[in-house]
Amino acid sequence: MTGTEIQTSAAVEQRNGSAPVLEVSDLHVTFPGEGKGPDIRAVRGVGYSLRRGEILGIVGESGSGKSVSSLAAMGLLPDHARVTGSIRLHGEELLGLDDRRMSAKRGETISMIFQDPLSGLTPVYAVGDQIAEAVRVHNPAVSKAEAADRAVELLELVGIPNPAQRYRAFPHEFSGGMRQRVMIAIAIANGPDVIICDEPTTALDVTIQAQILEVLKTAQRETGAAIVMITHDLGVVAGLVDRMLVMYAGRPVEIGAVDDVYYRTRMPYTMGLLGSVPRLDDEEKAPLIPIRGNPPSLSALPSGCPFAPRCPLAIDACSEAEPELQPVGAEGHAAACVRTGEIEEHGWSAADVYPLPEASGAGSGQPPREYRETVLDVDGLVKHHPLMKGAVFKRRVGTVYAVDGISFEIAEGETLGLVGESGCGKSSTLMEILSLRTPQSGKVTVLGRESGRAGHRERFEIRRDVQVVFQDPMSSLDPRMQVFDVVAEPLRTHRHPRAGLRARVNELLTLVGLDPAHAARYPQEFSGGQRQRIGIARALALKPKLLVLDEPVSALDVSIQAGVINLLDDLKAELGLSYLFVAHDLSVVRHIADRVAVMYLGRIVEIGAADSLFSAPAHPYTQALLSAIPVPDPEKERTRSPIVLEGDLPSPASPPSGCRFRPRCPKFRTLSTAEQQACVDTEPGLNAVSQDDHGAACHYAEKRTVV
Amino acid sequence: MGKFLVRRLVNYVVLIMLATTFAYLLAATTLSPRVNYEERSPRPTEEQVDQRLDELNLNDKTPLAERWVVWASGVAKGDFGKTVTGTPVNDEIERRVWVSLRLIIVGTVLGSVIGVAVGAYAAVKQYRLFDKASTAGAFFVLAVPAVVIALSLQVFATMFNQAVGAQVFVYNGEGTLGLEAGFWGTLWDRLKHMILPTLALALAQFAAFSRYQRNMMLDVLGSDFVRTARAKGLNRRDALLKHALRTALIPTVTYFTFTFGVMMAGTTFTEKIYNWNGMGSWVVDSIVTNDVHAVAAVSCFMAVCIMAASFLSDILYAWLDPRVRVS
Ligand SMILES: Nc1ncnc2c1ncn2[C@@H]1O[C@H](COP(=O)(O)OP(=O)(O)O)[C@@H](O)[C@H]1O
Ligand code: SF4
Ligand code: SF4
Ligand SMILES: [Mg+2]
Repeated sequence: MTGTEIQTSAAVEQRNGSAPVLEVSDLHVTFPGEGKGPDIRAVRGVGYSLRRGEILGIVGESGSGKSVSSLAAMGLLPDHARVTGSIRLHGEELLGLDDRRMSAKRGETISMIFQDPLSGLTPVYAVGDQIAEAVRVHNPAVSKAEAADRAVELLELVGIPNPAQRYRAFPHEFSGGMRQRVMIAIAIANGPDVIICDEPTTALDVTIQAQILEVLKTAQRETGAAIVMITHDLGVVAGLVDRMLVMYAGRPVEIGAVDDVYYRTRMPYTMGLLGSVPRLDDEEKAPLIPIRGNPPSLSALPSGCPFAPRCPLAIDACSEAEPELQPVGAEGHAAACVRTGEIEEHGWSAADVYPLPEASGAGSGQPPREYRETVLDVDGLVKHHPLMKGAVFKRRVGTVYAVDGISFEIAEGETLGLVGESGCGKSSTLMEILSLRTPQSGKVTVLGRESGRAGHRERFEIRRDVQVVFQDPMSSLDPRMQVFDVVAEPLRTHRHPRAGLRARVNELLTLVGLDPAHAARYPQEFSGGQRQRIGIARALALKPKLLVLDEPVSALDVSIQAGVINLLDDLKAELGLSYLFVAHDLSVVRHIADRVAVMYLGRIVEIGAADSLFSAPAHPYTQALLSAIPVPDPEKERTRSPIVLEGDLPSPASPPSGCRFRPRCPKFRTLSTAEQQACVDTEPGLNAVSQDDHGAACHYAEKRTVV
Repeated sequence: MGKFLVRRLVNYVVLIMLATTFAYLLAATTLSPRVNYEERSPRPTEEQVDQRLDELNLNDKTPLAERWVVWASGVAKGDFGKTVTGTPVNDEIERRVWVSLRLIIVGTVLGSVIGVAVGAYAAVKQYRLFDKASTAGAFFVLAVPAVVIALSLQVFATMFNQAVGAQVFVYNGEGTLGLEAGFWGTLWDRLKHMILPTLALALAQFAAFSRYQRNMMLDVLGSDFVRTARAKGLNRRDALLKHALRTALIPTVTYFTFTFGVMMAGTTFTEKIYNWNGMGSWVVDSIVTNDVHAVAAVSCFMAVCIMAASFLSDILYAWLDPRVRVS
C-alpha cells in the first residue's frame, strides 16, 4: 500500500516537472585489465540529475568517460564492465535490470543517438523499416502498415524530403546528415523521456551540424524529452544547453548552469579548455592557451587531483587527496578543486591562471604581399575524375568535376586557408599540387617552376621545397621506425652529410617541442599531439619553403590542438614558411590564416584576407558557413541564429547549371524572378567586392556580418 | 538485378563449355583406349582394333580436331558418346547422377547450415567453452585430409557396431542389394547407407563454414548498427539474429562457391571409399580404363555443379544484399 502511495506521489511530482527524470549518482565503471594488465577506471563518481525538458551538456576531451557513462545509463556496456552506483529513471533503478527488462526501457523511455551515422544503420534494411521496427518492438499490437505510416511521419518530422518514397531507400543511398536524421527519428519514435546524444554532429560538416541541431530542437519540442548532449565542442553546448558537466579523467570536475561555467569558471581545467579553443569571433590574433602535457592514463591515475601534473595552480595540497565537487558561487555550481575558494575570491580567469605564450610577431614588419615572392601560383587548375561503372568491364558513365578551374597564389611567409564542406575538392586540389605533374588544364607554379615542365632532377629539387603534413598522425608515420629514423628519412633521401645527421635531427625535434632524448622511441609511444609534432619535424627536415597541411589538427583534442597551432604560428615566423592550410574547422583557420579561400563544388566562391572575409563575408555560401559555426560564448550564441542551408552538397558529377550554389542559396530565394535569371543562366566569376583583393563569385555579392 | 543474373548465367554456360572441352582434350591426349586391347587374348589385329575404336570415336589415328568435332556435335545434341565398352555414356550418367547429387546436396546443406549456426554462436560466445570446443573441432577437421576423415569414420563405425553388436552404421554401397522391404524399408535402408558418407562430406563443409562465419560475425558484433538495434529496444538475441547475423551472412554466401569446389573434389574419394556408384567414383574408374568420354562427361557434370552453386550464391547474394539490387 505504501509503495503505491509513494509511486503516486512520485507520479504527481513527475507531472509537475519537479522530480528528476533521470538521476545518476556516484556512477563508477571499471573495465578489468586484459590478462594481468591493470584495470581501466573509465568513470569515477559521475552524478547528475535531469528534469523534464532540460538539456544537460557533458563536455570533456576524448577518453574522459563521456560515452562510457552514457552507455551505462542505456545498459549497453560490454558484459565484462563493472558498473556500480545508481542510475534511476523515473525513480526506478536501472543498474542490475536483466536484458529483457532493460530492452523494454531502451528506445521507449530512454534512447540514444550515436556519433557516427555512417555505420549506425543496418546496411541491409530500408531506412523506413528500421524506424518502423523501433515502433513495433515496443508496441507489438501496432500493425506493420501502421508502423510504416508512423515511420513516414517521423521521416517527415526530421526533415527528409519525399518521406513516403525515401522510406524504401537503403542507408548507403543517404548522406551522413540524412542518416543522422534517421537515427534521430529512431530515437524519438516512441516519445522517450530522455534522449542521450553522444557527439551527434562531430562527424558532420558545420552546415549539416546546424541542420541536425535544428532537428534535435524540433525533436525535443515534439517529445518534451530531457536531453543529455555529449560533445567536445564548447561552441555546440554554449547556445543549446541549460546546465553543463565538465569531465576529466572519468571524474566530473565542474558542473553548473551554462553561464556560470563559462563566465564564472572555478576549475583550472575548465579554464584551460575555454582558453584553448580558437574562436571565430576573435578579431585579434592572440596566441591560444594550450594546456601542457596530456590527460593521465586511466589505468595509472596519480593520487590526488588527476589534473595536478598539468595544472598551473597546483600546490602540495593538490596531490594529497582527490578533490570532491564542492559548491561554489551560484546555486548548483560546483567544482572539484582545492583552490576553488581562492579562484572565486580573486576572480581569476584563464588569462590569469595560464602562463600566456609570447606572441610570435608573425606578419609584423613584413612588406605588403605584392612585394613578396610568390611561392605557389595556381592558375585555372582542373582535376576531373572519370566516373566508372561495372565490375569487370568498366565503362565511363560520367565525370566528377572535383576541381574545376581554381586560381590562387601564396606569397612568401603567408598562410592560405582552404576551407569548404567535405567533398568540395580540397584534398583533390592538394594532391594535384603535390603531384608536380602537368595538370589536366591550368598551371601550377611552385617557386617559379611550372609543374610538369620540370625534369626529373628539378622535380627532386622542388620536392624538398614543398612538404606535407597529414591529418592522421598515426597512419602517416611508419610504426616500425624509431622517431629518429622517421625524421632522418628525408634527410638521407636527399643525401644529407652523415656527420651532421644526428645534430640536425635533434635540432628539428627541439624545434617542434619534443625532447631529443626520446628519439629512440617508436611513434605509438607518443600521444596524438606529439605524433603530429613528429610529422611536422619530418616535414621541416629539408628546410622547405612551403608546407602543405591537410587537416593537421582536426584529429586532436582542443587543449592539445592549441599547442600545435601555436607551434605552427611560431615556426612560420621563425623560418619564414608559407602554409597552404586545409581545414574544415573555420575557427582554426581564422586563427592561423592570413588569407582564406572558400571552395564549393570544385570552385573557389570567395577569397580574400582573413580579417576582411571573416568579418564581412560577401558570398551567401560563406555567410551560411560562418553563421553555422557555434561560438563558445553562451550569451552571444543565444542571440545568433544560424543561416541553415537546406540539403546536402550536390554530387560533383552533376553540378547545377549557372551558379553552382543556386539550389541551396538562401539569397537566391529572396531575389525577384528577373534577378534570379542571372543565377540560372551564367556562372558568376570571382569579382572584387572591395579595394583589397577580396573577391566573391556571386552576381549579388554583398558584405554582411554574421559572426 | 535480373539483367545482372542473366549476364552471370551466360558467363557460366560459356565457362562450362570451356571446362568440358578442355577436359575432353586433356583426356583424349593422355588416355589411350588402344592399350585396353593389347592385353586381350586372343589379341585382336590392329585393323580390328582400329575399326572398333573408330566406331567409338576413340581412334588416336584420327586427328584430334576431327574426333573433337564428332564428340562436340554429339554433346551439343545431348549425347556424350560411348564408353570404352561401347555402352552409351548417357545411360551411365542417368544411373549415377542422382547417387552423387544426393550426397552433394544433403552434405552441402547440412554442412553449411550447421557450420553457419555454430560459427555465429561461437562468435557470440567468444573465448567461452563452446567457442573453444567448436574452434578446436573445426581446426582438427581442416587439418586432417578428407580421405583420412572418411576412412576414420568407417573405422569408428566398425568399432561402434562391434561394441553394440548390431549393424547400426553401414558403410558399403548405397543400399542393400536385393533387399525386399517395401517402400519404407528401402528408404530406411538407403538412409542408413547415406549417413556416413554424407557426414564425411558435411564435416569438411562444416569446418570451413563455421570458421568463416565466426570471423564474419565477430566483425559485425561490435558494430554500431547492432548497438543501434539494441538502443531502440531489441533484446540481445533479436539484435544478434536480425541485424548482426543477417549482415554477416552476406560474405559467407560468396564463400560458398569457393568451398563447394573443394567439396566436389572430396566426393570422388568419398564415393570410392564408401563404394558408391556415383559420378565421383566413375571418374576414378574411367581413368584406369582409359575411358575418354566418361572422363569428359564427369568433368562436365562437375563444372555444371560448380556453376550452379555459383549461380545460386549470386542469387542469394543479390537477395541478401540490397546494395547489389539497387545499383
Ligand atoms: N569496452 C571497453 N573496454 C575497455 N576500455 C574501454 C572500453 N570502452 C571504453 N573504454 C575506455 O574508457 C575510457 C573512457 O572512454 P569514453 O567514455 O569513450 O570517452 P569519451 O566518450 O569521453 O571520449 C577510455 O580510456 C576508453 O579507452
Ligand atoms: S586541485 Fe590543485 S591541481 Fe587540481 S585543479 Fe585544483 S589547483 Fe589544480
Ligand atoms: S549568384 Fe545567385 S545563386 Fe549564386 S550565390 Fe549569388 S545569389 Fe546565390
Ligand atoms: Mg565518446
